[in-house]
Amino acid sequence: MTGAYDAVVIGAGPAGLAAATLLAERQARVVLVDEQPAPGGQIYRAVEGMTARQPELFEALGPDYAHGDELVTLFRTFGAEYRSQSTVWQISPADGSDAAHEVWLSRGGRSELLQARNVVVATGAMERPVPVPGWTLPGAMTAGAVQVMLKSAGVVPEGMVLAGSGPLLYLLAGQCLALGARITAVLDTTARANEQAALRHLPAALRGAGFGYLVKGLALKLRLRRAGVPIFRRVTDIALQGTSEVTDISFRSRGRPMWLSADLVALHEGVIPAQQITRSIGCVHDWDAVQHCFRACTDAWGNSSVDGVLVAGDGAGIGGARAAEHAGRIAAAEVLRRLGVADAAGRDALAAADLRGRAAHLAIRPFLDRLYAPPAAILRPADAVMVCRCEEVTAGAIRGVVQQGCLGPNQAKSFLRAGMGPCQGRMCGPVVSELIAEARGVGVEEVGYYRIRPPLKPITVGELAALDVSGA
Amino acid sequence: MTLTADVLVVGGGIQGCSAALQIAQRGFSVILLEKNGVGRHASGVNAGGVRRLLRDPAEIPLSVASMEMWLRIEDLVGADCGFKVSGQVAVAETEAEFATLRARAEMVASLGYAHEELIGRDELYRVVPALAPHCVGGLIARGDGFASPYHTTMAFGAAARRAGVRVFEEVRATGFARRAGVWHVDSSAGKVEAKFLVNTGGAWGATVAAMLGEPVPLEAIAPMMMVTAPVPPFVEPVVIGVGRKLSFKQAPNGSVLIGGGHRGVPDLAGETSSVDFRKLVISAQTVATLFPVMRDAQIVRTWSGIESRMPDDIPVLGPSSTEEGAFHAFGFSAHGFQMGPVTGAILAELVADGGSNFPLAPFRITRFRENASVAASGQ
Ligand SMILES: Cc1cc2nc3c(=O)[nH]c(=O)nc-3n(C[C@H](O)[C@H](O)[C@H](O)COP(=O)(O)OP(=O)(O)OC[C@H]3O[C@@H](n4cnc5c(N)ncnc54)[C@H](O)[C@@H]3O)c2cc1C
Ligand SMILES: Cc1cc2nc3c(=O)[nH]c(=O)nc-3n(C[C@H](O)[C@H](O)[C@H](O)COP(=O)(O)OP(=O)(O)OC[C@H]3O[C@@H](n4cnc5c(N)ncnc54)[C@H](O)[C@@H]3O)c2cc1C
Repeated sequence: MTGAYDAVVIGAGPAGLAAATLLAERQARVVLVDEQPAPGGQIYRAVEGMTARQPELFEALGPDYAHGDELVTLFRTFGAEYRSQSTVWQISPADGSDAAHEVWLSRGGRSELLQARNVVVATGAMERPVPVPGWTLPGAMTAGAVQVMLKSAGVVPEGMVLAGSGPLLYLLAGQCLALGARITAVLDTTARANEQAALRHLPAALRGAGFGYLVKGLALKLRLRRAGVPIFRRVTDIALQGTSEVTDISFRSRGRPMWLSADLVALHEGVIPAQQITRSIGCVHDWDAVQHCFRACTDAWGNSSVDGVLVAGDGAGIGGARAAEHAGRIAAAEVLRRLGVADAAGRDALAAADLRGRAAHLAIRPFLDRLYAPPAAILRPADAVMVCRCEEVTAGAIRGVVQQGCLGPNQAKSFLRAGMGPCQGRMCGPVVSELIAEARGVGVEEVGYYRIRPPLKPITVGELAALDVSGA
Repeated sequence: MTLTADVLVVGGGIQGCSAALQIAQRGFSVILLEKNGVGRHASGVNAGGVRRLLRDPAEIPLSVASMEMWLRIEDLVGADCGFKVSGQVAVAETEAEFATLRARAEMVASLGYAHEELIGRDELYRVVPALAPHCVGGLIARGDGFASPYHTTMAFGAAARRAGVRVFEEVRATGFARRAGVWHVDSSAGKVEAKFLVNTGGAWGATVAAMLGEPVPLEAIAPMMMVTAPVPPFVEPVVIGVGRKLSFKQAPNGSVLIGGGHRGVPDLAGETSSVDFRKLVISAQTVATLFPVMRDAQIVRTWSGIESRMPDDIPVLGPSSTEEGAFHAFGFSAHGFQMGPVTGAILAELVADGGSNFPLAPFRITRFRENASVAASGQ
């Protein structure tokens, strides 16, 4: 394993930054790989240097965002090797305890192979797909995509409708208001039953860091009311209308049919772990019935079922940015133990504060997860709704092949090409599993998920041909 | 509980489904056991090449008969299976390779077959204009083509079901004993009794054979495939390398399938396999050299499948040498998809008629032992 990194950390969000920082601080040979141009991940996207570059935007994004600046500064201080704009497209797990894991990545059209004793997967979350009628029309975006424009280009859309539920939806609304943008309306899909289910977990949510989160959430909603943004509650039956692009949105609020004219709709129903990468490595995944998603199984330290592959942050279950940061350091402490730099007691001491910190930030999750549980209508959309955008496969077609004896997502994929497009099934995978489970009358955990075929992101024939594998 | 049938087929790949279908069509009751799902292994994930070109001479009569069945595939299974006649062409990049193809063409003609045709440079570039300019000629089978492997295997499975075959998926055959002329087979779901046993276990076929007391030197391999995002149509026939490992074709939707012999890592016990990107680099280099237009095509997916390979690259096909009423068909050595229709017909002949009209001697299961004893006697 000469030439191998002690650890390759994938993803420069809070989890990856924290992991790489601690590893570098302890003199481990570490490289942080991330596909974005700058460190920060989803939440702290483009944070580095923003105070100087765009002070107003920095201000508008709020104190939680500002925390990212400290995290990135610390990361730079300890000088971990960092490769930006580098997309990992395959990880081949080591075939033996003496061998290294192989991490294949692409930067600027050139691919390269890294050897790693340990891999820390900190690739975070993705937004849950929101397949409502019309969601594939131009003008329909996800809240996350709108936020990316906002953070990286400073672009603030005017007159947007935000539809769905979850903290991020309100956060985005607040950020747009702070930048002076007008919001046409917020359509909140949170069901009464969710509130009732969540209530039982409210006492626990007041502990740890939970109280702070609740106060922030209430303050945001208050700000929207003060600004006069119409908020429709108990929203169901969302449909985006339009022939070549979105022109209107129809829905029911408390059962009453309504519509609004809108050319930009931001849809959001929470985030789920990005499982493609851990699936492709072969990590065992569990179905999380409360968060309603698959996630890579890990122990308290982040070890996955594959030796030497650790998962930290939202990729191992949604916990939010601060929990992710703690998880990154916890995983790094475990890597130090695996490397022999620390013994078990040393690791425990190193991680003690972070273990406590993570628990404090996770205290609110049971409450939030129930409050923002996704509505059945987007988990199991109506027959006419497009599920796989790449290959244009509808929910009805998926249900149809189940009737023909197709038992799982891989057969549906072979039959209908669902999930075979360039997005590799990221967008349709969760929905296809749900639909098959529904049609078969079994749980999603029994149905499973697509087998993920590399490359995780497309590479060209020429790029693969030019790859030098002789030295590695 | 014990289930009974005239015939038990072990393995739900294309060979097993085709056999079950055609045996049932002869009026026998059939049970098929598949330890995973129908089409889950090689038969569902292969390149879909329906090729007679460059077959081992022993396989040619079978492959030619199979092609006749492919041309009427809808009559057999009630679905078109995505089958298209596109031609398949082997490309010589050097004079030496062209000489090999010429010798091959002469050999095939001498056996009385006309499906393989030697073509010079001009004709080669007429049929494959996108080819890099250094190639010298080729060998073409204009009547060959391709089909959609998963749909085909599922169509055979569905037709078998319609013909009355009882198909049990996620059921593994685990033990075999023949008593008083009846096979008693243990499975993960219970016992099956049948007069005839058909082993179409693919890469696991040798495990079944070993349980019948006839071990064979089967090697599990994991051929790999790459597929690109759709590109504008630029190549009609399937293109095969002569000096290099390549099979190359553009699907009707414009995506390009690249395969041809580089192997990944099989995991028989784990029922899976993984790709080896170091070798896919070589595949990509071959493609980039032969088809410069392909350099910017986006590879969106790669995969591998578990396949059985025999030392002489032809299958084991025929009766068991140790037991009455048992037949094998496995070891198709990375080109058994095209053989699916005829394999089923042959197994139906063996079961129903007690013999086949095809020359099966080259495929006998005892051949490896004979060779070993020849080698041991110092020849
Ligand atoms: C679109 C979106 C926006 C969000 N915005 C906010 C927000 O404003 N506030 C908030 O509190 N929470 C937000 N969240 C929730 C957020 O995911 C977590 O709170 C937090 O960012 C999780 O941190 P992490 O380190 O686990 O992962 P992330 O911060 O998501 O970081 C993962 C990083 O990995 C990179 N990556 C992924 N795959 C690869 C690959 N194959 N190769 C190379 N790099 C890769 C990504 O580009 C990313 O930089 C958002 C989530 C999403 C999906
Ligand atoms: C990537 C790839 C590309 C290929 N390209 C081509 C091509 O272009 N043209 C071509 O002609 N051929 C091609 N082949 C070869 C072709 O796919 C195989 O030769 C053919 O599918 C073999 O069929 P089979 O039914 O014998 O095997 P399989 O499809 O492997 O079926 C055997 C089945 O038996 C089951 N089984 C085994 N043991 C038991 C048991 N004890 N109990 C129950 N079930 C059992 C297995 O689960 C399996 O499903 C390719 C193969 C691969 C992997």
